Amino acid sequence: MHAPDGSVREAYAGYQEWLGAQDESWMRSKNFEAESFFRRTGITFNVYGEDDAEERLIPFDMVPRIITAGEWRRLSKGIEQRVRALNAFMHDLYHRQEIIRSGRLPERLFRNNKAWLPQMVGFNPPGGVYTHITGIDLVRTGPDEFLVLEDNARTPSGVSYMLENRETMMAMFPELFSKVNVRPVSDYPRRLANSLAACAPEAVAKGSGGKPTIAVLTPGIYNSAYYEHAFLADQMGAELVEGSDLRVVNGRVQMRTTIGFKPVDVIYRRVDDEFLDPLTFNPASVLGVPGIMDVYRAGRVTIANAPGTGVADDKAIYSFMPDIVEFYTGEKPLLPNVDTWRCADPDSLKYVLDNLAELVVKEVHGSGGYGMLIGPTSSRQEIETFRAKLIADPDNYIAQPTLSLSTCPIFTRKGLAPRHVDLRPYVLCSPDGVEITPGGLTRVALKKGSLVVNSSQGGGTKDSWVLDD
Amino acid sequence: MLGRVANGIFWMYRYLERAENTARLLAAGHRMTLTRGPDVASQEWKSVLTTLGLKSAYEARHGDYTGAQVSDFVLRSRHNPESVLSMVERARTNARSCRSALTGEVWEAVNEGWMSLRDLLEKPVRDANLNQCLHAIRRESTLARGATHGSMLRNETYGFARLGTFLERADNTARILDVKYYLLLPSLSYVGTALDSGQWDNVLRSLSAERAYRWLNAGRMDARSIADFLILDTRFPRSLVFCYAMMRQNLSELAQLHGEENEAHMRMREADLRLADRTIEQIFDQGLHEFLIDFIAGNQAIAGAIAQDYRFTN
Repeated sequence: MHAPDGSVREAYAGYQEWLGAQDESWMRSKNFEAESFFRRTGITFNVYGEDDAEERLIPFDMVPRIITAGEWRRLSKGIEQRVRALNAFMHDLYHRQEIIRSGRLPERLFRNNKAWLPQMVGFNPPGGVYTHITGIDLVRTGPDEFLVLEDNARTPSGVSYMLENRETMMAMFPELFSKVNVRPVSDYPRRLANSLAACAPEAVAKGSGGKPTIAVLTPGIYNSAYYEHAFLADQMGAELVEGSDLRVVNGRVQMRTTIGFKPVDVIYRRVDDEFLDPLTFNPASVLGVPGIMDVYRAGRVTIANAPGTGVADDKAIYSFMPDIVEFYTGEKPLLPNVDTWRCADPDSLKYVLDNLAELVVKEVHGSGGYGMLIGPTSSRQEIETFRAKLIADPDNYIAQPTLSLSTCPIFTRKGLAPRHVDLRPYVLCSPDGVEITPGGLTRVALKKGSLVVNSSQGGGTKDSWVLDD
Repeated sequence: MLGRVANGIFWMYRYLERAENTARLLAAGHRMTLTRGPDVASQEWKSVLTTLGLKSAYEARHGDYTGAQVSDFVLRSRHNPESVLSMVERARTNARSCRSALTGEVWEAVNEGWMSLRDLLEKPVRDANLNQCLHAIRRESTLARGATHGSMLRNETYGFARLGTFLERADNTARILDVKYYLLLPSLSYVGTALDSGQWDNVLRSLSAERAYRWLNAGRMDARSIADFLILDTRFPRSLVFCYAMMRQNLSELAQLHGEENEAHMRMREADLRLADRTIEQIFDQGLHEFLIDFIAGNQAIAGAIAQDYRFTN
């Protein structure tokens, strides 16, 4: 919120002016109101591995994270470039693999990668789209210096929080929104529905000419993101289906309705690849639909995101993203990566081992902030334990410098206090183009000094504002 | 709509209705035992458990019938999968899994109801707080029903919601009558004796019917007119005839929507034949108990046919 010299940054000027005029005890009561709102409406997530899969709230902080129109323009150019490159990369990986032939990417990286699916080789997904929905995790390290921390190309979650956080803010502080010009995010579900419809199989577009039927496939109410699945289906006017609702009938994927089976054209699945089709992947899966991959390969249903896009989530692939962007777009990447050492490379491994106390080390396939080492905040003992793991299996790790992440104030009992944040904008991709919702989800590490923003580890969220010109 | 969702909605409203009716039955039983000696009290608790179909489950754990023990078992015992608490939990779970078929208002009513009853039933309910607690159960169910009425589209979802409500209600009314049917037989009408009019009052109270009945009958209290009222009165919303009128209407709306009648419609017509143009005398001649047993079986057949016709499960 403040520049290094202590002045209020341009983005926050309007908000700061408003905040200064508010009574502190009133703000405290608002904070309480927000929590009871979230609980009443059931905006919760389930935590895996806890005794009774208790439903928890993701803490919401009511101080917005604000981005100026100019900052956003530059950011969104970089995001669009990256998402286009990711999509081209997926197509290439499952077709001619030019990037490997050219020597820019080592083949072993995806040959040994569980997310890479041989079933997708040579197949063209409807509309040529692989990554219908992408979440790009960004961190800021200085004025106008955003770095990409991670690409989420499987099933990025959290977009319902982006929407609900905004609704909550508008309900609690209506006059604030009349003072500050914030770009709306509420049309995301409509855009998502349109974008998915544009990716329907050609037969549908030609055939009935009607509106494609879209369904959101959820693993069910015990999934940690179930609330979001129901929310998005509801907002899009799509059916929320579970695997047991779907069946392959007459070469189409169909859902069991009260009057019989009805074909589904586009499936926005929130089920992992592995569980999608017990006939093709994990035979024990009850979350998926037997035979859906055959229908998919016959071009008679769209699966979003396409199976096999998880390769791009991989942290070892991530380290090659600058090359990947350049290879497919012919341009220099607009958004830089965080420097990354691949521990598979002996020189890098040596450097990482020599500097463990300063680095962040992550598992290549890890997520959710688990299985990582944050050198500067770890004890000597923790570092040595991790060192042993690293030496035993260097291929499984990458390392990054500990960044001086930007902070954003949160509301605490003792007033405003700075905490580290990241930002996940949501990007839609269809034959009609790439669309980025202005803003995204800001996650915030609620513990003082902490760099881990994941909700499973005590992170919270904030409303994210992009100002209008 | 999805068959699974129709199933979830149908049962969500059955659970809500059953939770409410259980609270009503418990309140009437509790009141009854306050005015009678220990023998009558224990008899009354036994009949409450019989009505709820919980007698053997209860007896597997307890040797005697005390108010505190019975209430605890019915309301919140972990050993009773049909407890009010688990009913409310199941209703809420169903609401969650059918979240996109419900309006925000209905979901919030069910979710908040679950939150408040979960807190209320976290510990054993003290005798002094029992009425308040039973009142809260009824209120939460009423709020959900009100939100349904006031916010839901009159579409297929609403049809299954209402079918679940009235099918469960008809079942509950019939069961309450059947457990107490001997009190309503004309041969036992000792008009004016303290015991019987107390028992009759109790039957009426279990269905929240005491005021309506009195208002219509101006002080006359006899078995025949009570049975007539609870079975055949078209104005009383918990009577068998009333519930069936609602079910018939909802089923015919579904038929209109889908453009076809199914087995459920046939079963409904069969059940109607048993009820239509009947007088209470004819029912007594057939035998009240036999009539109620037939009714409950017919009701179950309708429920089974609905599940089948509308593809509730794979």
